[in-house]
Amino acid sequence: MSITSPLGHPQAQPQPQPQQLTPVSDPVLEIKNLSVDYGYDGDPVHVLRQVSLTLGRGEVLGLAGESGCGKSTLAYAATRLLPPPGLITGGEVLFTDRDGRQTDILRLNDAQLRASRWQDLAIVFQGAMNSLNPVFRIGRQIADGIRAHRPEVSQKEALERSAELLELVGISPDRLRSYPHQLSGGMRQRVMIAMALALDPQVLIMDEPTTALDVVMQRQIVEQIADLRERLGFSVIFITHDVSLLIEIADRIAIMYAGEIVEDAAALDVYQRPRHPYSSALLHSFPPLRGPRRELTGIPGSPPDLSKLGGGCPFRDRCAFAFDACSKVNPELVHPNVVGDDPRRSVACLRHDPAAVRAVGEEPLPVPPELSLR
Amino acid sequence: MRFFLRRFMFYVITFWAAVTINFIIPRLLPGDPVSALIAKNQGRISPDATEALRALFGLDENVSIWQQYLDYWNLILHGELGISFTYFPTPVTEVIQQALPWTIGLVGIATIISFTIGTLIGTGIGWRRGTWADSLLPISTFFSSVPYFWLALIAISLFSVTLGWFPASGSYDRSLVPTWSWEFIGSVIYYGFLPAMTIVISSIAGWILGMRNMMVTVSSEDYVTVAQAKGLSERAVMFGYAARNAVLPQVSSFALSLGFIVGGTLVMEIVFSYQGIGYFLFTAVAAKDYPLMQGIFLVITLAVLFANIVADFVYGVLDPRTRQEG
Repeated sequence: MSITSPLGHPQAQPQPQPQQLTPVSDPVLEIKNLSVDYGYDGDPVHVLRQVSLTLGRGEVLGLAGESGCGKSTLAYAATRLLPPPGLITGGEVLFTDRDGRQTDILRLNDAQLRASRWQDLAIVFQGAMNSLNPVFRIGRQIADGIRAHRPEVSQKEALERSAELLELVGISPDRLRSYPHQLSGGMRQRVMIAMALALDPQVLIMDEPTTALDVVMQRQIVEQIADLRERLGFSVIFITHDVSLLIEIADRIAIMYAGEIVEDAAALDVYQRPRHPYSSALLHSFPPLRGPRRELTGIPGSPPDLSKLGGGCPFRDRCAFAFDACSKVNPELVHPNVVGDDPRRSVACLRHDPAAVRAVGEEPLPVPPELSLR
Repeated sequence: MRFFLRRFMFYVITFWAAVTINFIIPRLLPGDPVSALIAKNQGRISPDATEALRALFGLDENVSIWQQYLDYWNLILHGELGISFTYFPTPVTEVIQQALPWTIGLVGIATIISFTIGTLIGTGIGWRRGTWADSLLPISTFFSSVPYFWLALIAISLFSVTLGWFPASGSYDRSLVPTWSWEFIGSVIYYGFLPAMTIVISSIAGWILGMRNMMVTVSSEDYVTVAQAKGLSERAVMFGYAARNAVLPQVSSFALSLGFIVGGTLVMEIVFSYQGIGYFLFTAVAAKDYPLMQGIFLVITLAVLFANIVADFVYGVLDPRTRQEG
């Protein structure tokens, strides 16, 4: 089994320098300093600011955050499907093939990009209801993706493959001849997952795949994804605003806030030992399913207007631990200033980054106990 | 099957209503067609013939209106529409038979050309918004907002009178005998070019605009993004996913415009003195030729009904959601 859970790694590794982050071993997709603006005029809104994210092979990476924090934009930008007026202003999206060949998706030409899509990296979109073309039978829609990449495959073979794929997600193959409007919402989302797996992609980006479904169906779909990942060994970026869902399915979770990643750590670490005030607040916004009862606090205020961000930490107005330096410098991802933490986790908070605080001539404050739980 | 049966019943009822209204309206009009006919012939028809004429036109005062209605139905079902006053004693069916192919041929082909070119241009403009092609929109809209008769007159004065490229009126060279010879067909095309051109120019903006707007709407649908994400070729996404769905409303308005081919070309046929159905309708109205008017109205009604049936059927084929199965 190629799936390596970060949780399973021995803790006896040497403690690295605080500023240096240990890279994920065997990455399949590396997003580096990706920036996206909305608007072509002189005053664009910076929706993604220097986002870096690495997806290990066989890993399920959860991406969580409030509405409008840039989660979906990240998915669209990384696949170059961003609709206008979105504009990628910088960065790299490196895809590493099974044989170790690396390509930058953002620098592929049109033909290379089309060849790479679906084959290397497939997407399941948010709106299961609208993701299927209403006038074609679903079999044809699965098959045309296969035939676009494998012209040598006959229509009949492509449909046979489509039938297998439907069975894989638990739909009867005779549904191939159904039109999308004859399927329920849950079935349509399964069809989308089947379609995404058609060419055995190495990376699957799922943009809120369960949002439009009821909780029972959500559960089934999530279990299905986990099960398929076990069997087929692809990597997943799972985007959702539902952190409780992520804790169950994800190996690693990245928390986004206002177009930046603020924390990136193993799922259990995020859940039990959050290091960023926002992650901590997010976890206190829903009741835990198991374990002792916690006080629900919610997060005061609302997300900042991305067009009016000055310097400084975008979360400072809603943060219980903000201090003077927070309005002067925007924190970068560093290793948390907590002894004994997993060396691969990172957090963007000045409480964990005394060096950056000193650089602007302020006195660093210690990490509060709420953010240094063991 | 039940779907088509239900549609069929619907059309039967519509047909009945149309024929009934067609029967009633001329009888509500002021004036007496028989006295008009006698007055028009200025004494060449003896007033004694009045009763005979009334009986001939189904206007016998001794017969109840209900009986007239039944007789009218009887005649229609036997394909008889009475006798024209203006072309007395030619039957109305014969007049219409002569006129209809000209209208359907000329306007039908012009409409198909306009629909095809307009939809293709609309697809292109809608798919690539914000390029130079967008400037086609105001130009074509200008031509469609200009009154048609004015556009036609300008075309005649420019291409027929000044340049002398095309004939100004008529439908074929009168020195030729109408046969299926290449010479005659060539002449028909030559005479029909200018009227067809003006129809295309004045109607194409609607097709471009309609298709462009639907393309813009459909292009932002999730399934188009999914098609892109699947790595399908640009052509496959544009035609198979975007245009395939955007064309649906176009198809229904196309079918409706086919229905209006028969009735809606009055102005063109008058300006170009083209011997189509609109031209005959115009002369029939001017001469108070009630049987001919009634006959032409009936044909127009039938054409619109038929076009609706076609639209229903084609739409059912193109869009599975409109099929009511089971």
